[in-house]
Amino acid sequence: MIRARGLTKSFEVKSGATVHAVRGIDLDVPPGEAFGFLGPNGAGKSSTMRIIACGSPRTSGELRILGLDPDVDGVRIRDRLGVVPQQDNLDEELSVRENLYIYGRYFGYSRAHCWAKADELLEFAQLTEKSKAKVVSLSGGMKRRLTIARSLVNDPDLLLLDEPTTGLDPQARHVLWDRLFRLKQQGVTLVLTTHYMDEAEQLCDRLVVMDGGTIVAEGSPARLISEHSTREVLELRFQPGSQRDAEPIALELVERVEVLPDRLLLYTQDGDETLVQAHARGVRPLSTLVRRSTLEDVFLHLTGRSLID
Amino acid sequence: MVATPGTYRLRMWEYLLRSWRPYFFSTLGEALLAPVLYLLALGFGMGSLVNRNGTEALGGVPYVDFIAPALLVAAALQVAIGESTFATFARFKWTRTLWGTTATPITPAQACDGHVLFIGTRLLISSAMYFVVLALFGVAGGPSGLLMIPIALLCALSCAVWVLALSASIADDGAVAFNLLIRFVVLPMTLFSATFFPISQLPWAVRWLAFFSPLWHGNELARATALGGVSGWAIVGHLTFLVVLGASGFVMARRRFTRRLVV
Repeated sequence: MIRARGLTKSFEVKSGATVHAVRGIDLDVPPGEAFGFLGPNGAGKSSTMRIIACGSPRTSGELRILGLDPDVDGVRIRDRLGVVPQQDNLDEELSVRENLYIYGRYFGYSRAHCWAKADELLEFAQLTEKSKAKVVSLSGGMKRRLTIARSLVNDPDLLLLDEPTTGLDPQARHVLWDRLFRLKQQGVTLVLTTHYMDEAEQLCDRLVVMDGGTIVAEGSPARLISEHSTREVLELRFQPGSQRDAEPIALELVERVEVLPDRLLLYTQDGDETLVQAHARGVRPLSTLVRRSTLEDVFLHLTGRSLID
Repeated sequence: MVATPGTYRLRMWEYLLRSWRPYFFSTLGEALLAPVLYLLALGFGMGSLVNRNGTEALGGVPYVDFIAPALLVAAALQVAIGESTFATFARFKWTRTLWGTTATPITPAQACDGHVLFIGTRLLISSAMYFVVLALFGVAGGPSGLLMIPIALLCALSCAVWVLALSASIADDGAVAFNLLIRFVVLPMTLFSATFFPISQLPWAVRWLAFFSPLWHGNELARATALGGVSGWAIVGHLTFLVVLGASGFVMARRRFTRRLVV
């Protein structure tokens, strides 16, 4: 579906300086996969997505989307893509149904086809009751669902989602995930960016972590955790500010420690054992927690940022 | 299934028509009411004073006949400016709907074509309405007066394409730029382009400025069709000016749409 070699994107900003948003990445996304870009803000995720969506020409490197070169066949590729942008760009003055209809028309379909497709997608997005409402009256979650429904008017082979659930409440996110799962089961190839680790873990078969315009790790969520973090994490909570006092002892017990405002994270193979040792060395936290490593721990490790920044 | 470029242009046009639909009747009402008010107040009201003073400078016609063709062209210009400033800028910046459009097979240049088609359609409808009102008041000239409609279309569109290019280029605050445009370009242009009085009344020192005003060329052409009395060469000159302005602006607008939407 997507094949990239040495993909780069640079552009000049107003001050005349050149920004290197994407600095040579390789990608291979096979059909049917749910593929995720993870990374902090400014890592180059959205730039990469815009290049894949044929909305932004690459600066250098090789790129094939659906076997075609975006520089030559942008129109044919966009005809087969579904795009969910980071910021909704629905027409708020048109009705929900009209938004879907018009978008179908953009792809060249007949009127009858577009109305029928609109009704089908309203059903899919659970918006049938809102069919005649103007978009401006919808909640954030409904708008997002409508944007996703809109991206499906052409039955795309490849669906690109840029931060699909940012800014939504937990219920709305779960409804959206449910819809995306269904698409995945239907065999639609999904490519998404997110900075929610739970979203990445839920939806993605495979992920890349981007930082500073490059790919710093790649693999399934489980593999990323096993490669870039320990099996367990021991969390020690302290009075905010006093957590640093215990840091030297923690570093004697385990190789990696993250310092958060009110706690220390100790990366270990056996959390209970480490806790016993910590107690033995006189560490007296307010409370403790032993948990499994998550993608969040991988993320903290790879992008080199502690949560305090 | 990839459609033809022509289809994509029409689909953009179709969207713009659909989003205009809720406003259709209010714009229609405006298109009918404005000429009535202008004709009554300026044409007949103020015109009664003007006529008393002699109308040689107007080519010997009553004041209302003199301003009627220019009112039609100036109204078209207003419509074109309205559609190409805030309404278009919103699609880039506020509602961002054009980013959604160009994520489909529709290219930015085709989106620009759709805008030009839409503004043209809008102008055709409003100018035709204006013409009907002028005809009802008996100030639309003979049958050749019908040509005022395509002339108004050409004049307004030749300005609109440049404003479309501007709207596609403004990164931050469109409102400031558009207010400047309307106050310092459109308004002076409307006042000093032989809309309300012939430019022979202007001192030579500033009269030449009117030659650069697209509205002056449009007004002269519209007046020629309704009242006659303009030489063939002058007509060719006016038409050439407007066609060159419009064609170059169109190329510019397409480029600016592309530069804005492909980054």
